[in-house]
Amino acid sequence: MGNPMKIRAANKDGVTEVKVLVSHEMETGQRKDSAGAVVPAWFITELTAKHGDKTVLSCEFGPSVSKNPYLAFKFKGGAKGDKITVSWKDNKGDTRSDEVAIA
Amino acid sequence: MNNQRRTVLKSGSGAALLGMLAAAGIITPGMALADWNKSAFDAKSMADTLKALGAGSPADSKDVQVTGPDIAENGAVVPVGVSASLPNISMVAILIEKNPNALAATFVLPEGTEANVQTRVKMGQTSNIYALVKSDGKFFMATKEIKVTLGGCGG
Repeated sequence: MGNPMKIRAANKDGVTEVKVLVSHEMETGQRKDSAGAVVPAWFITELTAKHGDKTVLSCEFGPSVSKNPYLAFKFKGGAKGDKITVSWKDNKGDTRSDEVAIA
Repeated sequence: MNNQRRTVLKSGSGAALLGMLAAAGIITPGMALADWNKSAFDAKSMADTLKALGAGSPADSKDVQVTGPDIAENGAVVPVGVSASLPNISMVAILIEKNPNALAATFVLPEGTEANVQTRVKMGQTSNIYALVKSDGKFFMATKEIKVTLGGCGG
């Protein structure tokens, strides 16, 4: 389990904008530590956002997404108080899921 | 003389380690990476990535926009956005031509989700960023050059 994600979801004129800030190292596997050993890759591979039970976005990330990934997207629909659930999975099999109500 | 031998040893074991990691990566995905498009993310060049995504040679389109800074001071965090006004967009991908692996991220957009995503990527050096969009089953592409003054990959 990583640290909690910061999620903001706001509805305006029938369109919900979701902004997600994930807390994750996103190691590329290209970097070397001070001893010269390669730091193994460790990054989020999949991220899914759901509005209620309906998937509104599913992403696949490579290691070149920046550390602590940020993501913003919009979808039609959604109402104040609806739940938005964002979950991710990394290449070590770790997962995390957080939810927020649309403001 | 000894020093040289060291270097060779080091690079040799480094390569072996990478190989092991790759092998480990192939063995574990059973559970963790079941759906992850490994071949696309592992592809090195633009052409291979497009092939792995099944995009062939996408047409350039003015209806696809890549947004980002003209000059990124820090390659580790480059804000990039993709928006498109084409109908029925089901997929958006961000590719960075000169990164070790071109593909940065793919987004699957179900109906109702707007073709407008923003994220942040790492860039090793000045490169063209490509936005690949799938609209009505066809692939379209747009590009933007972002200059990087400090790379974000490797040390």
